[in-house]
Amino acid sequence: MFRIDFNKLRFLVCDDNPHMRRILRTLLHSFGAREVYEAEDGATALEMYSHYVPDIVITDWAMPIFDGLELAQMIRQPESKGNPYAPIIMLTGHSEKRRVTVARDAGVTEFLAKPISAKGLYQRILNVVANPRPFIKTKTYFGPDRRRNTNTAYMGPERRVGEKHEVLQQPSLLDKARSSI
Amino acid sequence: MAKNSAKDIEVTAFATHQIITQPNPLRKVLRRVDEKDTDDPVARAEQALASLSGEFKEWMTTEVNRLSAAYAAIRNGGFTRQRRDELFHAAHDIKGDAVTFGYPAAAGIAESLCRVIEHAPNLEKVPAELFTHHINAILAILHENTKLDSISVSAELSRRLRKVADDYLADVNRDRPEHLEVILAPSIAPAE
Repeated sequence: MFRIDFNKLRFLVCDDNPHMRRILRTLLHSFGAREVYEAEDGATALEMYSHYVPDIVITDWAMPIFDGLELAQMIRQPESKGNPYAPIIMLTGHSEKRRVTVARDAGVTEFLAKPISAKGLYQRILNVVANPRPFIKTKTYFGPDRRRNTNTAYMGPERRVGEKHEVLQQPSLLDKARSSI
Repeated sequence: MAKNSAKDIEVTAFATHQIITQPNPLRKVLRRVDEKDTDDPVARAEQALASLSGEFKEWMTTEVNRLSAAYAAIRNGGFTRQRRDELFHAAHDIKGDAVTFGYPAAAGIAESLCRVIEHAPNLEKVPAELFTHHINAILAILHENTKLDSISVSAELSRRLRKVADDYLADVNRDRPEHLEVILAPSIAPAE
């Protein structure tokens, strides 16, 4: 059995709602985290991301100035001087299937639909710490590997060519978002 | 700590893409513990969250007041992009937070309101009652939530408002299949 040493992790929390930031801070501190930095909009979060170099980003979607989706896209710049690989957990009230797909395509690592729960948050953090995925760079995408199945007959858009079908066996982001944890 | 040095990053190039692998930069924070270890960080966090619950009604009141103010601004000055966004964000925050604050029926009503704002083709043409019924219902739930007999009423109110809103959206989007598809798709959020 594994535990996370939260006191060695640095978090950046980005949410425009002060109540949700308080809840997140409370949960993370209870897990054992000491370093939790907070931003109330995407622009501030991006500045703090460069300055504090957090290990994990937890962001809301809907925010002023620029939103969590744009924040994810700005972090996932392969040529940036900062760290484009940090896990991004999208915590949002959006609960439609298409939103999960859009978040995934922006480079989000995990999706957690509100209402927030201690168990759901812990499991997302455990997953990004213990099971990091390789990154994929294409003409239009840079982020964690989005493939979850071994369908060798797939001929749809963005089909990858030239490698063996080595696919991580894990539930899709949508399935995980649907789960009640 | 989270970033590996460039020499640790391995890039394998293929015809259409690159696969980038690196040693797990967070591996050092994982610690193996005995199966008998009794520390439960989730239970600890749930307890901490429960200790905040004394503030939830006040927080909910702040959120609902924000929603009321956003709609009052629209009634006084009409829809603008900024006012529309403020109304949506206020409703969206209630949708996301109300269950945590102990008002699950209010979350369902706020979700219904979000759907109206997001999918109505012309917000100026949405009957004002559709907005006011949603907002008044959330206000009523906030004020009556402690009464046990009001809980089932709140849930029923939420269901009926959602039905009215969905019927309206299905009607006004009958020629907009992309919206209709989203409106009819099931939510991924866990059921109450």
